[in-house]
Parts: sequence; structure tokens; C-alpha cells
Amino acid sequence: MVKYGKNPRAIGGLVRDAEVHRDVYVDPEIFDLEMEHLFPNSWIYVGHASQLAKAGDFITANIGRQPVVASRHTDGSIHLFYNRCPHKGVKIASEPCGNTGKFFRCPYHAWSFKTDGSLLAIPLKKGYEGTGFTDTKANDGLSRIRNVVVYRDFIFARLSETGVGFEDYFGESLSTIDNMVDRSPEGKLAVVATPIRYMHTCNWKMLVENQTDTCHPMVAHESSAGTAIKVWQREQGDSKETPMAVQLYGPFMSPYEFYEQSGIRIWPNGHGHTGVANSIHSNYSDIEGYLGQMVAAYGEKRAHEILGEVRHNTVYFPNIMVKGAVQILRNFIPIAVDRTLVESWVYRLVGAPDKLYERALMYNRFINAPTSIVGHDDLEMYERAQEGLKTNGNQWVNLRRLYESGEEADVTAVINGTSERQMRNQFHAWAKFMTMDMVEPVEAAE
Amino acid sequence: MISEKTITDFVYLEADLLDTMQWQAWLDLFHPEGRYWMPLEWQQQDPVLQPSLMYEDLLLMKVRIERLAGERTFSQKPKSRCHHLLQAPQIVACDPAAGIFKARTSFIYTETRGDTLERFSGWASHDLVQVGDDLKIRLKRIDLVNFDAPFGNIQLFM
Repeated sequence: MVKYGKNPRAIGGLVRDAEVHRDVYVDPEIFDLEMEHLFPNSWIYVGHASQLAKAGDFITANIGRQPVVASRHTDGSIHLFYNRCPHKGVKIASEPCGNTGKFFRCPYHAWSFKTDGSLLAIPLKKGYEGTGFTDTKANDGLSRIRNVVVYRDFIFARLSETGVGFEDYFGESLSTIDNMVDRSPEGKLAVVATPIRYMHTCNWKMLVENQTDTCHPMVAHESSAGTAIKVWQREQGDSKETPMAVQLYGPFMSPYEFYEQSGIRIWPNGHGHTGVANSIHSNYSDIEGYLGQMVAAYGEKRAHEILGEVRHNTVYFPNIMVKGAVQILRNFIPIAVDRTLVESWVYRLVGAPDKLYERALMYNRFINAPTSIVGHDDLEMYERAQEGLKTNGNQWVNLRRLYESGEEADVTAVINGTSERQMRNQFHAWAKFMTMDMVEPVEAAE
Repeated sequence: MISEKTITDFVYLEADLLDTMQWQAWLDLFHPEGRYWMPLEWQQQDPVLQPSLMYEDLLLMKVRIERLAGERTFSQKPKSRCHHLLQAPQIVACDPAAGIFKARTSFIYTETRGDTLERFSGWASHDLVQVGDDLKIRLKRIDLVNFDAPFGNIQLFM
């Protein structure tokens, strides 16, 4: 049964000022429409330029459910293509990353392509002479995605030919990526290892919303962070120094008042972050030698500005979250309406002490791994919601905390840190980017 | 005198304590500086500067175990159970004079909760030391055959 089709009014009707209809999480048709409209209309994170260090390096990814491949060309430029041979559709790159040498060669019939995607050679090419081949799409080589922006080595792409430009789409929200990169004394990040991957049996948006949900940690994570504090208090003996592990778990149990004052900042197009004044990452121990390196690189004032900005979670709509202070990016990759692959990447601050990378890796395995007790707490909640939302008794999800009537959308604002306004912000963007390429987009219909 | 059989028996006992959820007895098998490690890379060398799924000392293992019994540990309602199927351990080193005792054991591990059941295959490496008359775990290392696959929850110890 087609309920929503390409009807922007029906889709827009799922998002009220401070409520959303459960179909956004459980209806397979809505998921299909997200793949067809929301993801192509949005700027999606593809990978990091450090993964394409040398000519011929490539990485593969999915945008929505469409496979893409990014490559470093001989002239140093980065290109992005749909990952299919123009001949029969075979994926030309099957591994997450690698080096293809001077060209991509399809393993099926040996069609080959330069690393800028252009057609290099076809065996027995004369078989295509006089067939009209030069007028086909295949003659152009790999289908290119033209809207690609590499911002401080972060590669983003928009599949739609038309839409909101990169600068307008992200605006001031890029300041979190800036802060993460600036935390390297050389102003450079590097991916040096594979991500932690964790399969979630829930809708991808539950994960995204949870990133700015500051009223759940002290409740849902009492079992993990609360136990960590309890065991440490009992076992610490005469130890003066709190171990790194307890420093990472402990702040999850901060009281509501802490999150209220730390604040949330929202930006247009669904982006926003927790931890404006301070955050759960504020009180980690100093790492020997690091401040000195930063002061030498940036000067006293600027170094303290950079390190004083300890934002908690920044959501880049639709589906990534960045933690500048611990150099982590979580990619919430939609697989099905009730299935989401979470890839959590750690970036190494080039030139900074090993200890910072050690701490970031530790945070990642404590919080973002399938073996993470904090992850177990969260996934249990998502799974229960995915089940609970099937009930018909109440078909609306309530996002009304600190709602004010007449709340403006697509603005920049700093608000109380326990507000659900960032979730409302995301859903406003959701309706907008779902319908902007339909006949009557939601904005125009209002 | 510690023999190869002592090592083999130790490996079987250790798995049995996990399967029967005798957590305190299991923790008691560890040396105070013992570690439990699940690497995330093939033939990984470094647990600290390379990503791992787990690299835990006794403090972290105690947190994990106490959490399992917590009143507000909702991911354990219902509780998980596990089963270790072990191949005969291969003795990698048994050198009482040097105090080096190592075994590598191929396994299939099953973890179940409610109606779900997940299976994992890999190798467990035991790096043991002698303390008094007993062996203690210096390092238990779990290398899954598909270490880099996206798993759902793994809540117990392999």
C-alpha cells in the first residue's frame, strides 16, 4: 500500500511543531523515500582525504543505499563516482579501501578507467565502431558525482544535481570540524585505522536524535557509568589519580543541572550541538607536552581558545556526529527501516602526543563498540522503541521539552541544554530535504 | 610442577566458569595486572595505539560483571547466557624454568539472550604466569575470524 508516494503534504504531515509520527521510524515506504530524496538532497560524509594519500588510492562508501567510490587522481585531485561499471553494472571497487594503481579495471570484461573516471580502454574496441557507442553514457566512463566538497580534508557529496550549496547547507556548523582539526599542532588529522562497526536493529534517526538527548545519560547509563563510578570508589584505595577509564565513564552520570547549563546550539538545516559552555569532555587530565606544542604552533591566546572549546556532540544533518574534543566521527549508515550500521572513526591529531590518540581510541571502544557497556544501554532503548512504536494506541513521538510556541526554524540559537529543540530542528530539516525535489515541497506548501 | 595438562585443564576450567557464570571465580583466575583483549585488526600487535573491541584490566572487568547484575541494567532483562565450544588447546609454550606458559585454543562461542542467538568463531590465546602453585592469566586474547564485521551486542566474555 502506497501511503506517502511523492506527496509532500502527506510527508510534511508526519512532522508537527513538537511531535513526529511514528511512521518516520517504522514505515518501509518512508525509508525508501529517504533513500530516494532525503539522502541525495543532503550533503553526506563520504570519507577523509588522509585515506586517499597517494594517487590511485580509493575508498568505497554508500550514500543512502547507492554505492560510491572516491579516488585520488594522478594530478592530486579527488573524484567521486557511482561504484558501477558503465557496461554491466559490476562494482569496480569491492574493498573498503585500497590502491588501484594508474586505473580501475572492471574484473568482468576488463573495461578500464582513469582515476578521474574517464574511459581508458575497452578490449576489442573496434566491436563498438559504428554502433552509436560514443553517444551512450558508457562512453563517458564512470558516472561522476559533481557536487563534491573537500572541507579541511572531510569529503562531502550531494548526489542531486540541484539543491542547497555546501556553504549554505552547513554554514557556521563547520566550526566543530574546524575545532577538531585545529586541535592538531599541524592543523591536520589522519585516519590510520579501521573504524569500530556496530550493527543496530533500529531506525537510523533514533541514533541521530540520541546524540543531543541530554536527559538520558543519567538514566539509561546508570548501569554502566554509574557502576564504573561505584566500583572505582570502592577499589581506589590510596590512589590519587583517577584512571583514564573512570574519567571517560564518570561524566555520563552528571546531573540534569549540569546539562541544563552546558547548553545546546542549533543551526539551520538540522545541525546542532550539545556542550556550549562546557561538556562531559571538559575535565580530562592534561596530556604532557600537548599544550606546549599547541602554544608553539598557535600562540598562547589562540591555543587556549582552541582547547577551551570542548563541545560535546555535533550533529551534521542528516547522519553523522562529530566529537571535536576526542576526535571521533560516528557515521549512522541506514541499511533498512529497522537496521543501521554505525561506523565510529577516530582521527589522529597529526603531531600531537600518542596519549591523545590512546584516549580517543579508548573512548571509542568504551562507548561505540558492540562490546561497549554504554552501547548496550543505548541499543536496548532503541530496540525497545522500534518495537514499541508498532503500537497504535498513540502514534506520535513527543519532542515537546522546552518547546516555545512560535519557535522559528532554520535559525542559529543557544538554548537550555536539556531542550529537545535540536530534535525538532532535525525533523524540520527532514521534512524540507525529503520534499524539496517534489512538486510541492513542504516549505512552499506552508 | 606445571605440565601441559595443567595448562589444558586451566583453559577448560576458565571457559567453564564463564559458561556457568561464576564471575568471581573467573576473575580470581587473573593476575592483578592481567588483561582481557579483543583486537580489531589482523595479527594486531598493539592494544593501545591500534583500535580494539576490548582491552580491559581488572577494574573494567569488575565494572562489566557488576553491571550484569544491576537492578537498572535493562540490556540484561532478560539475561544473556553463553556457551564455549573449545578445540583441544594447542600448547605454545610450557617452560616452568622461564615461567612461560602459553596456549592457543580454537573456539566457537555462542551468546544468547531472549529469542536471539549469535555465534562467533576464533582463537583464544592464554598467556599464563605461575603464582605460588597456581596459574594466573596475564593476558587472554580473543581473535575473531571476522573481527572487523559489524556485530550487534556482545555482552559477555568470549
